[in-house]
Amino acid sequence: MALKSLPLHEYLSSGHRLCAGCGEGVTIRQILKSFDEPPIICNATSCLEVSTTPFPYTSWRTPWIHPAFECTGAVAAGVEAAQKALIRKGRKKKWDVVLALAGDGGTYDIGLQSLSGALERGHKFVYVCYTNDAYMNTGIQRSGATPRAAWTTTSPAGKVIPGKTEWQKDLMKIVVAHDIPYAATVSPSYPMDLQRKMKKAIQADGPSFILALTPCPRGWRTPPYLTIELGRLAVQTCMFPLYEVENGQYKITMKPKRKLPVEYYLRPQGRFRHLFTPKTRHDIINAIQAYVDKKWQEIQKLEQLTQQ
Amino acid sequence: MMARKVLALNGDEAAAYAVKQCKPDVIAAYPITPQTIIVERLSDFVADGELDAEFISAESEHSALSACIGASAMGARTYTATASQGLALMYEMLFVASSFRLPIVMSVANRALNSPLNIWNDMSDTMGARDCGWIQIYNENAQEVYDFTIQSFRIAEDHRVLLPVMVCHDGFVVSHSTEGVETLSDSEVDSFLPPRTTVYPLDVENPVTIGCVGVPEYYPEIKYQQEVATKKSIQTIKEIINEFNESFGRNYDIIEKYQMDGAEVALLTIGSASGTAKDAVDEMRAEGKPVGLLKLRLFRPLPVEDLRKALSGLKAVGVIDRHISFGSMGGALNMEVRAALYEMRERPHVMGFPAGLGGRDIRVEHFIKITEELLRIAERDVLEEDYRVVGCRGPGCIGP
Repeated sequence: MALKSLPLHEYLSSGHRLCAGCGEGVTIRQILKSFDEPPIICNATSCLEVSTTPFPYTSWRTPWIHPAFECTGAVAAGVEAAQKALIRKGRKKKWDVVLALAGDGGTYDIGLQSLSGALERGHKFVYVCYTNDAYMNTGIQRSGATPRAAWTTTSPAGKVIPGKTEWQKDLMKIVVAHDIPYAATVSPSYPMDLQRKMKKAIQADGPSFILALTPCPRGWRTPPYLTIELGRLAVQTCMFPLYEVENGQYKITMKPKRKLPVEYYLRPQGRFRHLFTPKTRHDIINAIQAYVDKKWQEIQKLEQLTQQ
Repeated sequence: MMARKVLALNGDEAAAYAVKQCKPDVIAAYPITPQTIIVERLSDFVADGELDAEFISAESEHSALSACIGASAMGARTYTATASQGLALMYEMLFVASSFRLPIVMSVANRALNSPLNIWNDMSDTMGARDCGWIQIYNENAQEVYDFTIQSFRIAEDHRVLLPVMVCHDGFVVSHSTEGVETLSDSEVDSFLPPRTTVYPLDVENPVTIGCVGVPEYYPEIKYQQEVATKKSIQTIKEIINEFNESFGRNYDIIEKYQMDGAEVALLTIGSASGTAKDAVDEMRAEGKPVGLLKLRLFRPLPVEDLRKALSGLKAVGVIDRHISFGSMGGALNMEVRAALYEMRERPHVMGFPAGLGGRDIRVEHFIKITEELLRIAERDVLEEDYRVVGCRGPGCIGP
């Protein structure tokens, strides 16, 4: 598989209203490139949803449905079940892949229950969570995906409290605990890794889950041209390791040749500005480094432990 | 197969049996008392191969209705059932289902709302959901539950309607009371209810976007169209009920009259209380009192013209609500009946009687007391109170 051999179709057409440099637009375009035929998309309320469907316009060249914020897993379950029944009864000819799309708020927080229910029931769909680490659609509020120390409008870098005080929720662990056939993390900065994983997710016999880190210039307080670079730095600092869990077996798909200090990832982002000015908060940066190192160790151990 | 059977069914079982004969493609539901029997029976039908449907045991009612929305948008005949807290949890999605014009049918075994926690009957649940764009049909007994469950699919899926339907019966009083129900044969149901046909399903050949953003420049027109469709559905609902009556020898209407000839005052009831009220009317009539009864079957859309016609010429009407709309004029039905009659030149006095809250029995004596009050109002031609709570200990209430 090579970048040049990706299909030319654009199921998400240009002209949508996502921001310049938005990681979501790039990521979803890449996600859709992994399909040979259009999927049926169930979208959660999010930036992606509002920016692509202002009536009477739509950017979607696929069947697309958005009922609400927290129910994407359940909606996808309903679409999947209907397909099963209609095909069995001869009222639908072929199986179409069901693709659930939801942001971090719609997955880590308000949509976690409906995702968990759908995973437990084993509906066959691909669920892609595009996380930009906060509620960007409502104007940058903290979510369960917001990393420690990040500034958001509800975890401000105040005079006393320096940004979010809690660690990011480890969603992958929660998803993997459902024993689904396939789960993986992806980044638009590693497009071929993303393609390989999406192919596996589509072919999985049961629910599959993809977690994509989609940098957000507005919320991360970064220039639009840094989006892809930040995606790369997230992987190279091991803030966001790229790995997959296939039938319980962990595999790290991108091991940085030289693991960069987290500071490389934090410093360019305005949301971490208070860690570097007016004076450098070594205590917090060191704590983040220690945490990232611990998680990186953990995932390497899981890879060893589950290797056959 | 062909013969009509009389089966001993409670209200929930009657709903489940009717649903089975309607051959849904997808059922998504979550257990909640007093609806649970419905999903249990439907699970049995699926497990025994008597019903070819996908049964989604959702992890909440919110997800159950969300799954129904996804399934119905695909073109599947879709069903769910709930009650009380479950309906409250669905609230957000109720509006989505109706705005998407999805013909989902939902049974509701009416039950009071927490707090205090109460599993027994009143109509706080569905009355609280009256503005969500669903058609609401209220049933008195298991036979009606059976008949109107079948008609609900036909109404919902009619291309002139395309709206979701709540088909309601009172928790325990109907849901758990076994009665003889005359069921139709499978082929009779098949002939009345053809397979669902779709307008704009989710289809890769003809991709559509469902659930877009509606900015102020477009939102009002979309809601206006929904309002027009809902109002217009009354005519189609009447047609479908008439067809059902003629096909199967029933005698239903959206407002049903009982002992209304020569009546000067009337009770306006909804749901299972109608049966008890009819007994009270019989007793009063035997004593020569000019009282009749109107049973409202269709609450949404509200048959305003039919109500005006049915109530004109009366001196006083007592509206029996099974919930309270706190801080207003009793229950929603009372307020809406009063509003409907307001512009009539000759209109009866209308007084509300919220009754039977949280499963408190409404007995014949209550209806007799209500009627006596109505006769006093009629005689004096003065209404002193907007409403009085019935079957309750408290100042101003009609006691239990």
